[in-house]
Amino acid sequence: MTDTAAPRRWKRPPILIHDPRWRIAIYGGGLVYLVLAIGSTEVKWQRVYEGLDRGWRFVLGFLSPDFSSRWVDISQGLVESLTMSVTATVVGILISVPIGIGAARNMAPLPVYLVCRGIITMSRALQEIIVAILFVAMFGFGPFAGFLTLSFATIGFLAKLLAEDIEDIDEAQAEAIRSTGASWGQLVNYAVQPQVMPRLIGLSLYRLDINFRESSVIGIVGAGGIGATLNTAIDRYEYDSAGAILLIIIAIVMVAEYSSSHVRKWVQ
Amino acid sequence: MLKIEGLSKTYRTGDKALIDVSFTVPAGQVLGLIGPSGAGKSTLIRCINRLVEPSAGKVYLGDLNVTALSRGELRRARRRIGMIFQEFALVERLTVMENVLSGRLGYVPFWRSFTRRFPDADLAKAFELLERMGLTDQADKRADALSGGQRQRVGIARALEQDPELLLVDEPTASLDPKTSRQIMRLILEVCQERGLPAIINIHDVVLAQSFTQRIIGLRAGEVVFDGKPQELDDTVLTLIYGEEDWTAMRGKAREDEDEEREREDRLAGLV
Repeated sequence: MTDTAAPRRWKRPPILIHDPRWRIAIYGGGLVYLVLAIGSTEVKWQRVYEGLDRGWRFVLGFLSPDFSSRWVDISQGLVESLTMSVTATVVGILISVPIGIGAARNMAPLPVYLVCRGIITMSRALQEIIVAILFVAMFGFGPFAGFLTLSFATIGFLAKLLAEDIEDIDEAQAEAIRSTGASWGQLVNYAVQPQVMPRLIGLSLYRLDINFRESSVIGIVGAGGIGATLNTAIDRYEYDSAGAILLIIIAIVMVAEYSSSHVRKWVQ
Repeated sequence: MLKIEGLSKTYRTGDKALIDVSFTVPAGQVLGLIGPSGAGKSTLIRCINRLVEPSAGKVYLGDLNVTALSRGELRRARRRIGMIFQEFALVERLTVMENVLSGRLGYVPFWRSFTRRFPDADLAKAFELLERMGLTDQADKRADALSGGQRQRVGIARALEQDPELLLVDEPTASLDPKTSRQIMRLILEVCQERGLPAIINIHDVVLAQSFTQRIIGLRAGEVVFDGKPQELDDTVLTLIYGEEDWTAMRGKAREDEDEEREREDRLAGLV
């Protein structure tokens, strides 16, 4: 300890906006806008009240789900959805592996890289539902459009993450394999594949998961599967059947999530 | 035999890593390449097998001008040059055996390497090398399950599996303890002598370089500033290469390391 008194002043960390006038103007402006925006929204309280009633019937349907009376439709929709998501995942992986390698700057020459990145960007720019609407318009209602949609979406997702993973590999290992006189294919097989495989498997399972969930959404725009069944049930005010479908979807997603996290731990 | 003529490398950033480097390595010579970090040691040995593309100059492996080769020819030339790396650079998720066999990649077609069906002669050679390295029991373990010294021995086996005519060795002891470092250096020297193999060893440990090599080249800022016998490496030369430093103290420290090592061995011997 020294004789001098310990300092009694400290500095408050800087606040976002320094000038108090600006601070009041910006925060105040935000508040005014919020009030005006809420004020301009037309809410028909009558309809909200009616909706409450309908919502309550939906909750009741949920509480007493009816699996039996529409079981044939439900099981058909489920099988369709599962088939759709599994096939789309497999096809998606098969296509996205070469595209992912091509989109890794350390593995591909610039023209190939640009083309592959372009494909990925296109796939990621279009939201699944929009793609589904396009494919339904092209190939008609049903699971084939759904399968195409999910495959297309899988390419953007997997190829991008795979490419990033390949760009992050330990270059020393790749250099060592190259120094043996290995060809490009052997380099991929011996230096890249062992490094990215666990993550590729993990991502594929995760994508299977997502594809199943998406399959129930795109069904609503006519791309088949359990989503179509759900849509029909709601249109017919059969909330007990709709509740049953939702419960089944939740159960399957939970099982898929749980098992995929297990498999991912195991492949490390 | 390796001949380097007027080799220069300027990186895209404008850094001159090598400036007009020329020397010849006769058959069977083990050459130590010393110099401070950033002097261009790594760049120099990578220019020899063109993992780094030189900006100017020529590299002759025997009669072959390596710098003039096309991609396919370069692959065939790389087979003749074995390389041992700093931090080992083994493919961690492959087994020890796969790592050693990867030394044959330049010789086998893709489908054979993909299905891991290497010719019997390659397998026999790999087992022989693993035995020489004392790793026979580890063949089927994953490379990341081994200790540092063991991993570097796998690295040596991989390079020798190529049946090389030249060894390029990049900081082989950078992540090893003093005792293991000496063992690895001794091992590299032994295999070079057994096969009459010339080698270029990048090494920042001056004392190790002096005790294990037949000739030393000192690099400073990309230029050769010393080329001679290890005994000729005195304080003036070291100062020329590394700049001002207390060299006597460094030598003393190295001797302490050795003493300590011996002491530890004695203590261990006492325990048994």
